Amino acid sequence: MGISSGNITPILSILPEILLLILALVVLGLDLGLKKFSPALIGWVTVVGLIFSAIGGVMISGHQSGGLYIWGGMLRQDAAASVFQVIFITGAALTAFFALEDSKCVSAEFYFLLLISTLGMCLLAASSDLIMIYLSLELASIPLYILAGFHYRETSSVEAGLKYMLYGAVASTIMVFGFTFLYGFSGTTQLYAINAAIQTGQIPPMVTTMAVMLILAGVGYKISAVPFHFWAPDVYEGAPTVVAGFISTASKAAGFAVLLRLALTILPVLSPYSPYLLAAMAVASMLVGNLLAINQKNFKRLLAYSSIAQAGYILVGVAASNNLGAAGVTYYLMAYLVTNLTAFALAQVIGQANSNDDISSLAGLTQRSPVLAFSLLVSLLSLGGIPPFAGFVGKLLVFSAGVQAGMAWLVIVAVLNSVLSLYYYLKVLKIAFLDHPRETPLIKIETNSWRIAFIVCLAGILILGVIILPWYGWSITAASSLALY
Amino acid sequence: MAPISYYLVLAIIMFFIGILGVLIRRNALIVFMSLELMFNAANLVFVAFSRQYQALNGQISVFFVMTVAAAEVAIGLALMVTIFRTKHSIDVDQMNNLKG
Repeated sequence: MGISSGNITPILSILPEILLLILALVVLGLDLGLKKFSPALIGWVTVVGLIFSAIGGVMISGHQSGGLYIWGGMLRQDAAASVFQVIFITGAALTAFFALEDSKCVSAEFYFLLLISTLGMCLLAASSDLIMIYLSLELASIPLYILAGFHYRETSSVEAGLKYMLYGAVASTIMVFGFTFLYGFSGTTQLYAINAAIQTGQIPPMVTTMAVMLILAGVGYKISAVPFHFWAPDVYEGAPTVVAGFISTASKAAGFAVLLRLALTILPVLSPYSPYLLAAMAVASMLVGNLLAINQKNFKRLLAYSSIAQAGYILVGVAASNNLGAAGVTYYLMAYLVTNLTAFALAQVIGQANSNDDISSLAGLTQRSPVLAFSLLVSLLSLGGIPPFAGFVGKLLVFSAGVQAGMAWLVIVAVLNSVLSLYYYLKVLKIAFLDHPRETPLIKIETNSWRIAFIVCLAGILILGVIILPWYGWSITAASSLALY
Repeated sequence: MAPISYYLVLAIIMFFIGILGVLIRRNALIVFMSLELMFNAANLVFVAFSRQYQALNGQISVFFVMTVAAAEVAIGLALMVTIFRTKHSIDVDQMNNLKG
């Protein structure tokens, strides 16, 4: 049924997933014996294990050019899946390091849930069957519901968990309902086989457009695109900051991984309107995210609305549905991972020092910690798309893909929105750099792990923004492997 | 043998009753019941098409959907119990610590 290349066995091609599962069990096992000695050790074990599984992912990706169907067509191991798996695993490793700074999150359960969620995302990126997409989406989401409510003594955290779960359950049900109709039209659940089946059938486009809209509801929730974004501000504000960072980067990247696969395979066949639906979602996300971000008082809420707007920019690349668009989305997600994790890591330590997340308490950050103030500058300018930082290259790629696909109007809206977004990013920077501090507790960073992860993130922002070619080549390989049958 | 359109219409009605329940009801438990209705509407469509095509994959999907729904409800109930301890209510309108 597909292009099979080389002689790698099915077991070997899901090596990263297998390593993640073993690691998750090891973490739980270690908890039994080691908890009394050093809880931080579990975090370090998690990160070392994640690095190994990322290496596994890179190794198997070198073995194949086209797509390889494994496990009865449930998964399709291709370059896109590998690249996204490395993105998720990097995000999980950085989050694991950041979490060591938050004493309420240092426990084996936390790392176990983080690893299982990452496992779900890795499977999601490789899924090529409707059942598998649904199962791995849920495997990625359900641990996140618990993680969002992980500070279970704080009402706001539990509330965030419950809201995240309610919206998530509704969205995934709507998506399954859409899947049932896809199955009904084609008689198969295999993604790449649906294409062929649909082209021969006589189904009214209105019905298929309905199915596309139902499916977009489920994926739109995962990427927090308007109009499925209502959970995002509440969850980002209430959830532990490290978890919010993970949800806004790795989980969003997982949503885009599956959306890209759908957009390059079945969506255009199903409905001629699907690029316009995606474009409409992009415009709505950018406008709603940017306009509502302007008046936010809470830094984490501001990041939530900014992340809704970022989903809009990335959707421009998805709506373009061409090779450059898919590569741009991949590059953007890599850049966004390091950038937004930096911003959330800052929110985490500053929030812990001030015991609130208000933007006004960022005042005089330059005097309290010049290094953190400089990092805030780097990460917010990268979010705003200013060169030489990573965000600029991501924006450039998705916008040029939009122009290439003949959607110049969409790109104009997106560029105007980036200018709008600079207003509130610079407003935060103005408070951090020019205002006088009202309170001056020293911002203390207890753990080396937090420092290491933070330096990696900052280095990532600069490297992705300056040394473009290797990552761009990687993204192009991933993009072109998606559409190969 | 009833034609497939009967099953589809029934499923769509069930799905919309479920959506209305989620949107209108304020008790988190009732919201969960409405969610189950939506899940079962999807299951009904899977089974109906599966019989139409005389193929098993639709029926197998139903097992997965049911399992995931059960896992989801388990997490949801746990979160509800935790929230009930502090708020003594599971009214979704009273979950307003987070807004702005």
